[in-house]
Amino acid sequence: MTMTPKPSEHLLHALHAHQQQHRFVSDQAICDIASRLNLPRAQVEAVTEFYSFFHRTPRGRFDILFSTCSSCGDLSLKQMLCEKLGINAGETRGDGLVSIGEASCIGMCDHGASMLINGLPLHSLDGERIGKIAELIEAETALEAWPAEWFKIDDHIQRADLLLKEPFESGAALRAVEAEGADAALEKIRFSDLRGRGGAGFSTAQKWQFCREAEGDSRYVICNADEGEPGTFKDRVLLTSYADAVFEGMALCARIINAKQGYIYLRGEYRYLLESLETALATRRQAGLLGSSILGIEGFDFDIAIVVGAGAYICGEESALIESLEEKCGNPRIRPPFPVTSGYMGKPTVVNNVETLAAAAGIVIHGKRWFRGAGTWQSRGTKILSVSGDCAKPGIYEYPFGITIQDILNQCGAENTQAVQIGGPSGSLIGPSKFNHHIAFEDLATGGSFMIFDNSRDLLEIIHNFTNFFAHESCGFCTPCRVGTTLLKNGMDKVCSGHGTAHDLDELKATAALVSRRSHCGLGVTAPNPIRDGLKHFLELFEARLLHQEMEPEFNLDASLEEARQLTNRDDAEAHL
Amino acid sequence: MNKTIKIDGVEIPFKEGQTIMDAALAAEIYIPHLCHKPGLSPHGSCKLCTVDVNGRAASSCTMPAAEGQEIENDTPALNEVRKTITQMLFIEGNHFCPACEKTGDCTLQAIGYHLGMLDGHFPQFYPRREVDASHPTLVLDRDRCIMCELCVRASREVDDKDVFAISGRGTKRHLIVNSPTGRLADSDIELDDLAAHICPVGAILIKDHGYEVPIGRRTFDLHSVAETDLDEVILTKARHHDEGDDSGEKEGGVYGV
Repeated sequence: MTMTPKPSEHLLHALHAHQQQHRFVSDQAICDIASRLNLPRAQVEAVTEFYSFFHRTPRGRFDILFSTCSSCGDLSLKQMLCEKLGINAGETRGDGLVSIGEASCIGMCDHGASMLINGLPLHSLDGERIGKIAELIEAETALEAWPAEWFKIDDHIQRADLLLKEPFESGAALRAVEAEGADAALEKIRFSDLRGRGGAGFSTAQKWQFCREAEGDSRYVICNADEGEPGTFKDRVLLTSYADAVFEGMALCARIINAKQGYIYLRGEYRYLLESLETALATRRQAGLLGSSILGIEGFDFDIAIVVGAGAYICGEESALIESLEEKCGNPRIRPPFPVTSGYMGKPTVVNNVETLAAAAGIVIHGKRWFRGAGTWQSRGTKILSVSGDCAKPGIYEYPFGITIQDILNQCGAENTQAVQIGGPSGSLIGPSKFNHHIAFEDLATGGSFMIFDNSRDLLEIIHNFTNFFAHESCGFCTPCRVGTTLLKNGMDKVCSGHGTAHDLDELKATAALVSRRSHCGLGVTAPNPIRDGLKHFLELFEARLLHQEMEPEFNLDASLEEARQLTNRDDAEAHL
Repeated sequence: MNKTIKIDGVEIPFKEGQTIMDAALAAEIYIPHLCHKPGLSPHGSCKLCTVDVNGRAASSCTMPAAEGQEIENDTPALNEVRKTITQMLFIEGNHFCPACEKTGDCTLQAIGYHLGMLDGHFPQFYPRREVDASHPTLVLDRDRCIMCELCVRASREVDDKDVFAISGRGTKRHLIVNSPTGRLADSDIELDDLAAHICPVGAILIKDHGYEVPIGRRTFDLHSVAETDLDEVILTKARHHDEGDDSGEKEGGVYGV
């Protein structure tokens, strides 16, 4: 039997390939691709217009997207490059040479200001490098001839613990499962209390158990590598240097729940990893760790295919991710049913974060006490943090759960810290009064983003930036999030430009509460967090920017009536306010 | 023994598989809604039917009814939330009720009245949206579209076609037509399709039949949306309301017989 790891051409891949060649997706291309893939034309059009990386008008031969992230973006550099190249942001130059736009966080937060150029991350931008880039573009120098170190991406592992320290031996977890049985392996994971590393913290063993017990003639394992939360880049590092452990975790899950097919949903910003990941998968196939009869065991068939996204934060939400895998727009589904009973193609599906899968493989290899021994009572094991922003040593820090914010700040060399954003914009914004709190599900939960802002930063602008991010990334399915995130953005525009009043803050607060409580999915629920935390912990920053503190007239109304009182010869109570 | 849920303190029965909305409508309890239509698959996008189930927010059109649910529905706080959501729908599009053929028959407008909405509250977005008047008997005015996808679902689930879809993201979301050119004229929609008649607002209108029912005698001039949405709804491919003699259904809020 031969396995077919790759599905027939995926719509996202077809659109990408077309755009690589033609620099945009025309009406005609939509018709052609629809008929070639046998999909409704409207579906192809909808998908093209849903994902940020697909364009309906021609882009430049050098297509640049500057990150808007507060850690890996610097839009003043965008402006500089626009001026040097004589182009307006968002446009393509008349000669078709270059176009400059924006992208949400591209996961290069440990590498300074960054951009995507023809899909490749280019980091450590500064004024000097922008000047050189402008020259290379004007000279039409092919990207291959640009300095290679501009594109070289380091892991920056600053602190390794359980997951990042142990050398990984391919196949060790799968052999352990075969030795002790799938039930025992699942029991190990249950005993370890492994909870989802994406941030929500659902019990991994329970998720696998639910999926295993759900009715269905086939099952799927999906690795969520759509690491889109601004300030997060730990999955980038895991997929760069620990991919084999992640694949092993997927195969392990497949063995336990009895899945034949797995998918890695890789965010479009990490497309540059695709080649090395495919090579690593091929190596595993050759080693008998993927494909038919894994480890020579009759019936243990499992393979992994990679689907690459195209710029949509919402696809990190598991049901939106599944929609995207099914070649549709990434609109989150109605839940229940949950993916464990009705996921990819309506079949029981496990969707796990990259880090969760690597941890599961480690647990099965190293035994049940290995993981459980670290962390806190409610948050076992370690957590890989992506530390970025104002500190001496940004990068990857793996800590046992329970570490305090202050300890992390000390170790990464952060000084004069004004605030930390834990878990990215959808997480919590905290000030020094909470630096004694802990990284843990029961205290400050995080998917891994840890952004540091020192006293030199305009925190209001950071909150503004995060609010813009959510308005840009809202899928628009439900009214509160579609309209509400834009209302919040407009409100922050007004406050930050110095036109706000106390009334605008009340409006922001009310809209934020409604969006948070009434939205369809986690994006809407968490989108108002930066504003809500800001108003709670940093109210003075908002107030300092207001046009009026309150509706207090500039002059004394009663005193100004004095002349009228004198003229009418009155001084009774009715003549006073 | 019947299973029950409690809505605003009133115990009502439900059958396994019913949503809170299903159970409420069957018990003649009105929960405001726009994107829901019995007979079509629930959507849960407009969020007007938001209720608090044991203290947690949920969309009643998609949330399965379950024993032990204590549901808040018709409360001042929730109606205030719904009013705000209705205002959001008004200000994100271009809704000029006095100049709209649908006035008096428009569910969005009726919901606004029902919830005591007096203004849009928020600044208007004034989006630029395209009108498609290519079809000989139908016109698509996207200015009024509220993204409820009733037409999308009616076309797929009842008409057995696939005429409409939603494209774009966030506030750029918009209704598109599944035809080779993207124009309605080149689609296979027909006048008697449910999709041509189901629009709760004036985004899909029948040409050449404007203002036949005078303002003042239209559905919501005579009835509250809370009454009409409790009426039995039979979804079939509709005959145009001017075809044949029995053309009076429109006033009852019945979508075809």
